[in-house]
Amino acid sequence: MDFTFSEDQLLFRDSVRDFLVNEVTPERIRGIWESDSGRDDGLWQQLAEMGLTGITVPEAHGGLGMDELDFVLLAQECGYVALPEPLVNTALVAVPVISQLGGQAAAEWLPKIAAGETRVAVGCSDNGLAEDAAQAGLLLWAEPQALYLLTPDQFSARFNESVDPSRRLYAIDIAAGVLPAASGEQAAALYQAVLDRGALGAAAQALGLAQRMIDISVQYTSERQQFGKVIGSFQAVKHHMANVAVRLEYAKAPVTRAAYALARGEAAQVAVSHAKLVACEAANLAAKNSIQVHGAMGYTWEVDLHIFMKKAWAMAGTFGDTGFHKQRVAEHIFADGVALGAGTTF
Amino acid sequence: MNLNYTDQQNAFREEVRSWLAEHVPAEPLKTFDTEEGFQQHREWEATLNKGRWGMVTWPEELGGRACDLIEWLIFEEEYYRARAPLRVNQNGIFLLGPTLMEYGTEEQKARILPKMANGEEVWAQGWSEPNAGSDMAAIRSTARKDGDKYIINGQKTWSTRAVWADWLFGMFRTDPDSERHRGLTFILVPLNTPGITVRPIPQLDGLPGFAEIFFDNVEVDVANRLGDEGAGWSVAMATAGFERGLMLRSPARFQETARRLVELYKANQASADRDPAVRDAVMRAWMDAESYCLTTYETACRLTQGGKIGAESSTNKIFWSELDQAMHATAMSILGARAELLPHAPDAGDVGTWLDGWLFAQSGPIYAGTNEIQRNIIAERMLGMPR
Ligand SMILES: Cc1cc2nc3c(=O)[nH]c(=O)nc-3n(C[C@H](O)[C@H](O)[C@H](O)COP(=O)(O)OP(=O)(O)OC[C@H]3O[C@@H](n4cnc5c(N)ncnc54)[C@H](O)[C@@H]3O)c2cc1C
Repeated sequence: MDFTFSEDQLLFRDSVRDFLVNEVTPERIRGIWESDSGRDDGLWQQLAEMGLTGITVPEAHGGLGMDELDFVLLAQECGYVALPEPLVNTALVAVPVISQLGGQAAAEWLPKIAAGETRVAVGCSDNGLAEDAAQAGLLLWAEPQALYLLTPDQFSARFNESVDPSRRLYAIDIAAGVLPAASGEQAAALYQAVLDRGALGAAAQALGLAQRMIDISVQYTSERQQFGKVIGSFQAVKHHMANVAVRLEYAKAPVTRAAYALARGEAAQVAVSHAKLVACEAANLAAKNSIQVHGAMGYTWEVDLHIFMKKAWAMAGTFGDTGFHKQRVAEHIFADGVALGAGTTF
Repeated sequence: MNLNYTDQQNAFREEVRSWLAEHVPAEPLKTFDTEEGFQQHREWEATLNKGRWGMVTWPEELGGRACDLIEWLIFEEEYYRARAPLRVNQNGIFLLGPTLMEYGTEEQKARILPKMANGEEVWAQGWSEPNAGSDMAAIRSTARKDGDKYIINGQKTWSTRAVWADWLFGMFRTDPDSERHRGLTFILVPLNTPGITVRPIPQLDGLPGFAEIFFDNVEVDVANRLGDEGAGWSVAMATAGFERGLMLRSPARFQETARRLVELYKANQASADRDPAVRDAVMRAWMDAESYCLTTYETACRLTQGGKIGAESSTNKIFWSELDQAMHATAMSILGARAELLPHAPDAGDVGTWLDGWLFAQSGPIYAGTNEIQRNIIAERMLGMPR
């Protein structure tokens, strides 16, 4: 029993964190919002140069060959900076699913993804829309009975604006006659994989987002004065943030556990749903309490808090909303004959 | 990372399980808030100790098994699964024991720990006073040094299980001119010393679960001081650290409550589902108990590899006490009109022990440092917010 990350995993996380915090600043994100594509090719190239676009691509296909457990720490850092680029979906969803498809698809696309030549977008019918579909060279579109790998000429995309300007969402129309890359049982399994992996990515980002909102709020409330004192010295303000810290502290291990289950190929559905629910709950509480301690400043476009708050709101509904995930937890714990209680966790 | 138990850990679990299966009393003991129940629980401690299961993390020469924290968690899981008796001496074995090992002299350890381990000497904690609750540094009870004795005067209160306990570990002001947390000393006091009056205080359930203690020129050997004179605060903080941290409330306890809650819900589903919030609350209970378990394992692994517990341990107390309240509140909703009935009421039916648990859950956010105090600590020490 060893529930710790290795020294190497933590060091890699630290260096990626340094890079992201320096490069993906709120100013740069606002610049991305203003751009036509809503994406930053320079940033994607930087991520590729660090090996991140290919982090889960097998070494044989030019990647780093790391697994979900290596990446889950990095996904939290992506959340911490509210990275607009689709790195989490690439590394946690697209690459592993294309690897599972194997064959020609894997040989063709994985090296290009690793090299940063092809951006890959991910969508599933449960979400309805696909992120980044119009910016990508390849769209992985999952339905319960069919999995498609689509090049831009094989579908049309209709932009849907999100409250989070970093999210570029598209409704998809697949051109007539395009065949799925997988169907039937194989597609059903891959559809589950897309949902579980996407949900884990959202959960991990939610943890980072919550931490970022805490940090922003602690800093703001340590500077802003009222009644002749910094507002962070008021107990009501402190307790708002302490409440977030408690929920966040206990959401971390469930996310790690879910990543572990996926990495080891164990049954992961309940662990993923548990992780997604508690992590998104922590992030939403962080958003609610952070805007409150900012006062009117928090209600403005100018203050950076909303960059993180809006992403946190979006994470709660994507790759399975709370109803979806609660239903899966309920099916597990209310089933007949299931082993619950002390000693049944591992 | 490897989330599988080792063969050795699995074998350990088997050993605990089979020993408990053989030894846990078939009839639940009476509550230790009665004299008879207290005695029964004392005997159970002796039984545990004979099997070397009293405190598995203690070194072997003290009757322990030198277990690491993971094995301790496994032990606790089996213990709660087996519905073994609550630990009457938990203030001793979980709080004072580890503090003694860190701060005690060899003589103190040899004299005190074995009798603590076998239940011969049950310990009460004497920190709170009428005017020193959350503000523990306001302690006013004094201990005046007189040769090789301390002369103690003053009053302690809310001292759990002090009605039938044998010893008290307390904090007293040894420097009359001192203020706040300076000048306090950690002293171990036999409760049968002349000059001590123990007055039971009935708790919510009407039973004398704690007591106030009056000291009138009580003489205690200086050899019963733990740590240096005037250093009581830092010794006490070590105890509080253990208390807040892992030992006091292991996840197994809450996972078992969550499991029973799922059972209760399933057995009463038709009526429970009339309130749609109940099903959600049951799920949350299960998830939070799991989160608590996963997080505790993560912490335990970090600590066994040499990591340190930091201010984030204050989140622990809030998390389990609020979880415990929420779980019992949900059970009360499910039981509906039966919820208020005492278990022995002739028409109580299947109410079980939920009411007792509900009563006790009310105290979780209060004892061991109120949750408001914990939130202050989290904000200031973990998040770095201004004082
Ligand atoms: C079941 C039980 C068992 C106990 N066992 C023991 C024992 O064995 N030994 C022992 O020494 N003590 C024991 N205690 C006492 C316990 O430690 C105290 O009750 C606790 O420290 C709170 O002190 P108080 O009761 O005086 O409440 P107060 O300190 O008067 O607090 C009352 C309320 O005011 C709030 N408050 C106080 N100060 C602040 C602040 N600075 N900021 C925000 N809110 C604040 C508190 O959070 C609380 O909500 C026990 C208590 C209970 C309920």
